[in-house]
Amino acid sequence: MIDKIRVVWYLNQFFGQIGGEDKADIPPQKHEGGIGPAAGAGRLLGDRAEVVGTVICGDTYFGENVDTASEQVVELISTFNPDIVIAGPAFNAGRYGVACGAVAKAVTEKLNIPVVSGMYPENPGVDMYKKYAYMVETTNSAAGMRKSLPAIVKLALKVASGEPMGTPEQEGYMPRGVRVNTFVEERGSKRAVNMLLKKLRGEEFVTEYPMPNFDRVAPNQPVADLSQAKIALVTSGGIVPKHNPDHIESSSASKYGKYDIAEFNTLTEADHETAHGGYDPTYANENPNRVLPVDVLRDMANEGVIGELHRYFYTTVGNGTAVASSKKFAETFSKELLADGVDAVILTST
Amino acid sequence: MRLELGNIRIEDVKFGSKTEVKNHTLYVNKEELITLLSEDERLASVSIELAHPGESIRIMPVKDVIEPRVKVDGPGGLFPGFISKLDQVGSGRTHVLKGTAVVTAGQVVGFQEGIIDMTGPGADYTPFAHTHNIVIVADPVEGLKQHAHEAALRNLGLKAATYIGEAGKNVEPDEIKTYEVLPLFENAAKYPNLPKVVYVYMLQSQGLLHDTYYYGIDVKQMVPTLMYPTEVMDGAIISGNCVSACDKNTTYHHLNSPVIYDLMEKHGKEICFLGCVVTNENVTLGDKQRSSNMVAKLVEFLGADGAIISEEGFGNPDADLIMNCVKVEKKGIKTVLVTDEYAGRDGASQSLADADQLANAVVTAGNANEVIYLPPMEKLIGYAQPADIIAGGFDGSLQPDGSITVEIQAITGATNELGYNKMTARGY
Repeated sequence: MIDKIRVVWYLNQFFGQIGGEDKADIPPQKHEGGIGPAAGAGRLLGDRAEVVGTVICGDTYFGENVDTASEQVVELISTFNPDIVIAGPAFNAGRYGVACGAVAKAVTEKLNIPVVSGMYPENPGVDMYKKYAYMVETTNSAAGMRKSLPAIVKLALKVASGEPMGTPEQEGYMPRGVRVNTFVEERGSKRAVNMLLKKLRGEEFVTEYPMPNFDRVAPNQPVADLSQAKIALVTSGGIVPKHNPDHIESSSASKYGKYDIAEFNTLTEADHETAHGGYDPTYANENPNRVLPVDVLRDMANEGVIGELHRYFYTTVGNGTAVASSKKFAETFSKELLADGVDAVILTST
Repeated sequence: MRLELGNIRIEDVKFGSKTEVKNHTLYVNKEELITLLSEDERLASVSIELAHPGESIRIMPVKDVIEPRVKVDGPGGLFPGFISKLDQVGSGRTHVLKGTAVVTAGQVVGFQEGIIDMTGPGADYTPFAHTHNIVIVADPVEGLKQHAHEAALRNLGLKAATYIGEAGKNVEPDEIKTYEVLPLFENAAKYPNLPKVVYVYMLQSQGLLHDTYYYGIDVKQMVPTLMYPTEVMDGAIISGNCVSACDKNTTYHHLNSPVIYDLMEKHGKEICFLGCVVTNENVTLGDKQRSSNMVAKLVEFLGADGAIISEEGFGNPDADLIMNCVKVEKKGIKTVLVTDEYAGRDGASQSLADADQLANAVVTAGNANEVIYLPPMEKLIGYAQPADIIAGGFDGSLQPDGSITVEIQAITGATNELGYNKMTARGY
């Protein structure tokens, strides 16, 4: 006999039948077996799977202590030794959706167990956490519970089976924004010609890459008084101390470096170089100031054009580096720049 | 302009005392070829090896791949502006040694050359695992600057391919294919009821070793221009690129430029193929604006109803791609784009460096950041050390047992944006 798939369900205080808004501040707790929708799903799971436990946390508690709550929930979930975790469905409840998403992220990263959830597409939890869970699209209120539960259970059984997942349309989940390579019958040029023929004839065609809503950043207001400003240098041009001590990749960088230039009035071939793999490094290596203009900024500081040059520069390789990675790097070092009293950054690229 | 391509099917390549084609086998006189290639004083050493499909061989770092061809009839010769004089090519008859390729290898920059595995999982990603390869490894003289090294290797590959191509001159081809596009008015008059299509052929021209040449001119120094589709078949466009291996167009890709061949297939039946607009991907905003304005103007000028626009490279050229698309679409001309993606190793990041809602018909050659494990091969042609710093590699990519874990970015031609491969990416 094959062992049953072990399911643990995550619910908020309301669906966990503890109480309404007045109980939203309860910390995580666990119960054997299924409660609420988790109990209702038991029948749908049939003899292939069983709900071995339910973990419940108040939405307010979770929202106010995301990191701690995630850890506590993961800890409780792990005690049941599950094969899969189901969170929600959260419908259009924002705090609950975000909590389900955060649980999905923590469970995926710490326990390496798949997570299935269900939400209304406009729930902020979808956009924030869609890559960590297979989410069924639900209606915007709990009135849709009866329809969404079978869909969630069906998806969960598929995910837990370990078989390769089909496309969102085939399996009934919301696109997670994860791009996966696959081989098809026809080469790209032929697909392009056929797509153009359809477009010219006014027939329906399916683009292979739906354009995202592009993340455009509006420039900040100019610095009012440069002569008082502390300026930092940040580059995606790959300038690093000689021999690239932190091994920043030549393309698709997984990290950034922070290096002290307090002792340098200029950068030279002897002390700095580029790690960037996207251009002929000859000229950047010959004179690294071409990419990271330490020499000019020192002059400007001496002439009083700028207040001072920050003693650290931050650097990474922009070549083929994922936008998500760049965003993560900047989110981290921007805080340091602010803490160090930096007023403005010169961001150089190549 | 009309060109006959005579394809000579080559089933095996061997070294021999004379360079010739006999019974579908290509024989290469190794010594004669080495002597010819050693004339370049920028190169310290030249060696030649063979690599066949299915053999446990890894070739790296690969710079360029070139298909041996020879002009049999008509004006000019292969690779005008480099090997042959500057005659107008693209008409007459050209013979092709189908199934073979000259592969040049050597450590130019380290970052920007590729990997070809002749077997194993990596072989699925590169077309050059399926050709009989004549691999030329050349090392530069000491102190040679990288751009001079690139120029020497570029020339060496073209020279070798031309020398080998000559062997097909007097061989009866297995098939002859005819490609013809008439002058604009005649063409349009001949097919009045078919939609008129132009191919916008974007070429890498960011400079600093990201260069492509059209009749010998570095394309960053030209403005967009018109080309008959058959001109590429004689080597009007050649690669001078050292850039991520997966989506740089090798000279082989240009000779076999797939959008051109697939449009020719439909020409006179479902479409009227007007010709190509050759354009560049320069780095400054002014250059991008000028070139994309001219692309849109030329496509309109030709009277096109639709255009396929293909990109080369990624990041900075994504901006050129979107500018070309938007400006052509705004003239009421329908576009399809061919690109690839850099969606991160987990596939969850934004894929392109630019986007626009008018780009609603896109073909993707796949996510170049996807990671692959390449098991050790019995034989290595070239050098394995660059694996850790190659574009797509990372610290620890190369393991002591010779295996390499890299992004497919490092595999030559893996996500070719001319649409040469069958790979795509889907949203999950």
